Amino acid sequence: MSGHEAMSDHESSFRRAVATLRRDPLAVAGAVVLAVLVVVGVLGPWLAPSGTNDVDVNHMLAHPTWAHPFGTDELGRDVLSRVIVAARVSLEVAVVSVGLALAVGVLIGLVSGYYRGWVDNALMRCMDVLFAFPVLLLAVAIVAVLGPGLTTAMVAIGVVYAPIFARVTRASVLSVREQVFVRAAVSIGTSDARIMRRHVLPNIAAPLIVQTSLSLAFAILSEAALSFLGLGVQPPAPSWGRMLYDGRGFVTDAWWLGVFPGAAIFVTVLAFNLVGDALRDVLDPRQLTLSEARRSTR
Amino acid sequence: MSGTGPVLRLDDLTVTFGTRRGPAQAVAGVSWEVGRGETLALVGESGSGKSMSVLAATGLTPRSARVAGQVQLLGEDLLADTEPRRRQRRGRHIGFVFQDPMTSLNPVLPIGRQVSEACEEHLGMTRRQARDRAVELLDLVGIPSARERIEAYPHQFSGGMRQRVVIAMALGCDPDLLIADEPTTALDVTTQAQIVELVASLQERLGTAVVWITHDLGVVAGIADRVAVMYGGRIVEQARVDDLFAHPSHPYTEALLAARPDPAHAGGELPAISGSPPSPLDLPPGCAFWPRCPVRGDARCEHELPPLREVGGGHVVRTFYRSEDIGRSA
Amino acid sequence: MNPEARPEVSPDRSRSTGTGTDTGAGTGPEVVAELDDLRVWFPGPHGASVRAVDGVSLQVRRGETLGLVGESGSGKSTTGLALLRLVDPTGGRIRVTDEDVTGWSRRRLRTLRRRVAMVFQDPQASLDPRRTIASSIAEPLVVHGLRADAAARRRRVAELLDMVGLRQDLADGHPHELSGGQRQRVGIARALAGEPDLIVLDEPIASLDLSVQAQVMNLLRRLQRDLGLTYLFIAHDLAAVEHMSDRVAVMYLGRIVETGTPAQIYREPAHPYTAALLSAVPVADPQVERQRRRIVLHGDIPSPVNPPSGCRFRTRCPAARDACAEHDPELFEVSPGHRAACLFAVEAVEETRASTGSH
Repeated sequence: MSGHEAMSDHESSFRRAVATLRRDPLAVAGAVVLAVLVVVGVLGPWLAPSGTNDVDVNHMLAHPTWAHPFGTDELGRDVLSRVIVAARVSLEVAVVSVGLALAVGVLIGLVSGYYRGWVDNALMRCMDVLFAFPVLLLAVAIVAVLGPGLTTAMVAIGVVYAPIFARVTRASVLSVREQVFVRAAVSIGTSDARIMRRHVLPNIAAPLIVQTSLSLAFAILSEAALSFLGLGVQPPAPSWGRMLYDGRGFVTDAWWLGVFPGAAIFVTVLAFNLVGDALRDVLDPRQLTLSEARRSTR
Repeated sequence: MSGTGPVLRLDDLTVTFGTRRGPAQAVAGVSWEVGRGETLALVGESGSGKSMSVLAATGLTPRSARVAGQVQLLGEDLLADTEPRRRQRRGRHIGFVFQDPMTSLNPVLPIGRQVSEACEEHLGMTRRQARDRAVELLDLVGIPSARERIEAYPHQFSGGMRQRVVIAMALGCDPDLLIADEPTTALDVTTQAQIVELVASLQERLGTAVVWITHDLGVVAGIADRVAVMYGGRIVEQARVDDLFAHPSHPYTEALLAARPDPAHAGGELPAISGSPPSPLDLPPGCAFWPRCPVRGDARCEHELPPLREVGGGHVVRTFYRSEDIGRSA
Repeated sequence: MNPEARPEVSPDRSRSTGTGTDTGAGTGPEVVAELDDLRVWFPGPHGASVRAVDGVSLQVRRGETLGLVGESGSGKSTTGLALLRLVDPTGGRIRVTDEDVTGWSRRRLRTLRRRVAMVFQDPQASLDPRRTIASSIAEPLVVHGLRADAAARRRRVAELLDMVGLRQDLADGHPHELSGGQRQRVGIARALAGEPDLIVLDEPIASLDLSVQAQVMNLLRRLQRDLGLTYLFIAHDLAAVEHMSDRVAVMYLGRIVETGTPAQIYREPAHPYTAALLSAVPVADPQVERQRRRIVLHGDIPSPVNPPSGCRFRTRCPAARDACAEHDPELFEVSPGHRAACLFAVEAVEETRASTGSH
């Protein structure tokens, strides 16, 4: 096949992906929001105008003003500061829990998809069981065993999202392992571990990247839910979900207690979803089939 | 079917794609025609533009393609038509057979339905009439027990049988022209022989014009009346089939013929052409074959695009090099 | 010819060996690989088995090219895969350089993989798109620890690129940057890396442009001459097989139906299937094509799940007789070094050709 198919193919797909993303305004918006989030999360305590737990009895439940742009809560604490610091918590939980889900899920999916047979059956049935539980219920059960707290929340969310990563990985592995270059590696005598590490993993990166960005969004929501239920972050540490929980009694009187944390959750999840969707469009195997079609005119 | 005049005629057809790296000229200045009952073979390797020229001529190119030139179907301009009218004319007068029968057939529809669909659409037949016609067609293409097998699904047939079904579909509306793009490349050689014979006999019976796109010179020798050899998006030689094989005048044609393993000289080194076919992005200013040309008989070919030159008897060749002057016999 | 009157085959060689002389191991060039009554059955629908390879015996001798030719469903590719144990045999024995590898564990098979290498049909698909060319070629060196360090590997890769006629600067590129012919050269370089005893080539030129096919065939022959390589050349392209091979075996529905030198097979086929196959190959000469009468085979190839009783080819053979349904012919010698699995060999071919009017 002549060299003109160099127009389309794997290695340049990353650069193509980035170029395409830059042209999508929604994706760019999402990326910007995420960038801001990361900055805020990292620099949190220094960015906050007041301390997160500075109680100011004189200004309890104050409306948003220039001094307190997001108002104060029932203990006089500056809501803006708490929202900023809580960003770090949310980020941390999201990254760690999804990281955990990724590590466990990919490993299971890899072994399952590559070896098939009874190993595949056993592992996938376990994943199915986990998958069948409503997310929160499972998280609650884990928290009940390990006791509430940030770490527990991370573990719970990680366990709950592992099956989806396992499934996505397994599906990709199933198709990649049928490819001729994997068979060629086997024919050379390459060990299974090496094949999985050097041939399979790099080639299943795309769907995993997409799934990761989407799962990050869900992780933040889950953390918020857990905290709302009082099972996640414990007071006085701020967390968006926790703040929603605390603010639920003041919906009519002090709307800013719930609205701002809620808005933060909303915007963050939206950003992750926008970026994830854009990534999926770009990294979609559909792009590869275009080059397959060209290749077929031999 | 209409009377005299070519069934399909291309005049100076050019197809250009806009790519990130600049314009890619997939087809340039291609002209040919095919008449009733005649078979024209388009020969070339990948990147030669053989498939693209036909797709462009029938209006099947992707939206990103810019098509210039004139195409006449049964004497009437086809490209100038609106899309709906073009689709209707195309469906009514042209049947297509592509390389892979598995993807040409819908795996979830019975074959009878797929064959009769075209008849219903273009000939306005009722369901029952179309069904009878489908049986007739499947029979015609050699599907055994056609009436019983009309409800069968594509996956229940072998590759060769599926290709026959595709041919039946293509013939559904009694087309004036059958366009076959590498229809036997994916098939076994014994099956290929059957399909080639089938198309030849159908052509004889129905008087259909056939455009057969292939890279296999053996198949060309067996079915073509006239041959057009393409390279780098242009026609480099066109002649009646006997003429082309007996007196190939373009170095590329000669090289293609010579590169096949020949039982007479088994075991020796094959006269291979070095390099690879060019990319449409990277065409040289003169003859596209110059970088690989083993002859290079005329220096003008390098920088100047040779025009098509008559060699006699409808035989044209695109090169400044005059092989006939050297007294070469093929 | 009366089947009973056919030449007697020596008892210990009644299981046909496909190639080489009949005088057994020890004389003539060394046998690099041998298949003895190999069977590869895959599980099929409703518990039946797809008999992809159903009793194949052949020998590949050092320095020669054995061509394995057949159409789809013949089992030729599966045979090649079985030689590398990329599919598991259901029966029979596989021997490589005198060792019986039929039952080897996956771990032991790793050593086999250095000795038998494979070149695949689709050069694009057989190279990992994310690895550089150098990395793909060097993989056998890494896996088997054949070079002391990265520098030594790079030197060997440079050497291999040179051998297959590729520019050194392609080493750090990726497969998609190369043309089809160049990619196949990379596949060949990779196969050569471990200095294997045998290279199995599974349709190595089928995916390439015509003008490039000749290049690759020339390259393969040159390498064989210069390095003393041994090839199992599997293809459906009869002309290519004839050109490349020292000996040819024709396969049909999981069995070898004829073996011999290219001259024997192509000029005087003894099995009607071979004759039909030859007759179906188009010739690049319009006058020949116009005059020739093809041997037409009836119908489709039977399902490998349920091969016909007796001779497998009888359902499509123009010269089939009653006896063909009852006896399953084995390969027997028609002339020195030329074997066919037909009860009425040669005679059947004449009859088949006569039925079409001319050859």
